[in-house]
Amino acid sequence: MGDPLFNNGFDLGVVLIVLVKSLIGFTFVMVGVIFMIWFERKVIADMQNRIGPNRAGPFGLLQTLADGIKLIFKEDLRPDRADPLVFRLAPYLSVAPAFLTFCIVPIGGVFTSGQDGSVHLFGHTTYLQVADPPIGVLFLLAMSSIGVYGVMLAGWSSGSKYPLLGAVRASAQMVSYEAALGLSVVTVILMTGSLSTHDIVATQAGRFLDWNLVTTAVVPFVIFSIAACAELNRPPFDLVEAEQELVGGFHTEYSSIRFGMFYLAEFMNTITMSAIIVTLFLGGPSGPVLFGPQQIWPLVWFTLKLLGFLFGFVWLRATLPRFRYDQLMDLGWKGLIPASLVWLILVAVIRVGNDQDWPRVVGPLVGLGVAGAVFLLLLGALRTSATRRHDEAEVGS
Amino acid sequence: MSEFLRAYLTVAVFAAFAGLLIAGVLGLSRLIRPNRPTPQKLLTYESGVDPVGSGFSQSQVRYYIFALLFVMFDVEAVFIFPWAMRLELYQVFGLVEMAVFIVILVFGLVYAWRKGVLRWV
Amino acid sequence: MDYVVFGIAAVACLVGALGVILASNPVHSALSLVGTLFGIAILFVEEGAHFLAAVQVVVYAGAIVVLFLFVIMLLGVDKAEALEAEPLGGQRPAAAVVAAGSLVLVILLGIRAAEVSNGAKAVGGALNGPGANVAKLGRALFTDYVFAFEITSVLLVIAVVGAVVLARRPDRDEIEITETEAAE
Repeated sequence: MGDPLFNNGFDLGVVLIVLVKSLIGFTFVMVGVIFMIWFERKVIADMQNRIGPNRAGPFGLLQTLADGIKLIFKEDLRPDRADPLVFRLAPYLSVAPAFLTFCIVPIGGVFTSGQDGSVHLFGHTTYLQVADPPIGVLFLLAMSSIGVYGVMLAGWSSGSKYPLLGAVRASAQMVSYEAALGLSVVTVILMTGSLSTHDIVATQAGRFLDWNLVTTAVVPFVIFSIAACAELNRPPFDLVEAEQELVGGFHTEYSSIRFGMFYLAEFMNTITMSAIIVTLFLGGPSGPVLFGPQQIWPLVWFTLKLLGFLFGFVWLRATLPRFRYDQLMDLGWKGLIPASLVWLILVAVIRVGNDQDWPRVVGPLVGLGVAGAVFLLLLGALRTSATRRHDEAEVGS
Repeated sequence: MSEFLRAYLTVAVFAAFAGLLIAGVLGLSRLIRPNRPTPQKLLTYESGVDPVGSGFSQSQVRYYIFALLFVMFDVEAVFIFPWAMRLELYQVFGLVEMAVFIVILVFGLVYAWRKGVLRWV
Repeated sequence: MDYVVFGIAAVACLVGALGVILASNPVHSALSLVGTLFGIAILFVEEGAHFLAAVQVVVYAGAIVVLFLFVIMLLGVDKAEALEAEPLGGQRPAAAVVAAGSLVLVILLGIRAAEVSNGAKAVGGALNGPGANVAKLGRALFTDYVFAFEITSVLLVIAVVGAVVLARRPDRDEIEITETEAAE
């Protein structure tokens, strides 16, 4: 249980490994962010038939760095009306959870042929992830709930109307989709029997059919991805900064590098959330070892999967128009949450059915029965709600 | 070795790195950026006109309903996690009790839905 | 090492608690409360109660305090509360009595601490490692205390129903709607 690093006492080697691991994770995220911002701008430019950044460095690769340096040199304004303490605290609360979520992502390690994904360093055994807390997935939920504070307090502390509106909207959106996020993870836990991300990856090692994407039958993956997209406030769910209505959303009053921090957090969140999806559903670093050193391939597979997912997010942004707020809330509360609950019951019934040696049809049938009942219940609610709306409209006119 | 450090030492070190990065960049910016405030610059943005009234205005009550529903489903998720981890121990009994639990909570959602508070417009 | 972690967590708890009662701005109070909750979460982890610590952060810091913040924004509080106004008569004397009573209790506990607690770790803690801990918690919850567990869901639904009743927009024509309901 947990990282075997601390099993044999605490010496200099352990300290060194802790530092090295943190540093590698830190570098991975920072380089990833710098690359991701460039990647997104470049890919979107391609999709829109533009050139995109091409001046700073080869292919414009240094554009992000140049932007960052520019922001550092800019004057920082804090409105008179702002709450000084909270105004300064908010960027920290935004960036820190984005960083910390990455802790639980296993980025490498061989899990096949009897190995448990550990590596040996300085005479100690450890996992290739920054930390493996026993609560694993709950750590993700905890961090995304702290992320809500960053947004909410940034908007509130500005003492201005647009940011406040943006913040309340954003936090309502984030908590709504956090509920769907949490409920869709449960099916993964159901298949794995452990909260630890290391165990989740270990059970998915080997064949493609062992991936949670397959074992939970795709639906939780879709729900989780949509919820993650909304949690990240990425298009098509970027109502937070809907320019036409809210100017810049919760960070309207932020300028210079303080604004840069929110920008950084947004892209960092995209990377960590994609990494989490890869970990939970796509087998993390699992994949065939082709040739050469064993430890390289998991890293390669993990990075490739991550890149694929990041490209998907960018593609979504370039393709879909923004949701309306009522559509967003409808999708969350009337679509994703009931769907994930129904799916959870279905998967649980099938699993218990397998354990109890029920005939193969009984599990799915009971599951479908429950799903149908819940669906009818919700349909009834929908119709009542619609009738009322109709009546109200008539009375109003 | 304390239990907390065992599980979270690297997390704490990682968090310290993150904190140092933010503080470092903000501090660097503080040293080198210009600072020439004028009263106009320190006004809040309101589409170009002078801001009217206070910036801390009231928000809609329906946001509160969503937050409360979130609390409900958050608590639900927290209860489901230990159940999902060890479903093989509880079998059919566990299935039934969790189904009852979820259905009762879904009634809460359905009630809110029927009363039209999930409706935005 | 144990003492260092305990010290940091305890200081976080106490500073947060003081912040909650001393800060005049409600948002600052709520933030201090988050500090306290994090301190308590660290103490839980120290006792090997990993799951409880996670619940502490996910439910209390992540949901309940966010709910508080929503209420604060709902009320549109922008300045420190006026201390002169006293909505409930006799609040202050009652508070003084309760505070004095609690103080006496704490001092008594402090004097008799040696008898009450021997400083050993909680027996219910991580017996067979953290994972087993969650399993044990689950077994207790889903077998021995299953009724309490189901009642929790009823409680949550009652909270939602209450909030919906209070927050619902007044119908434009109450009678009209009731009639449609009867017709259904």
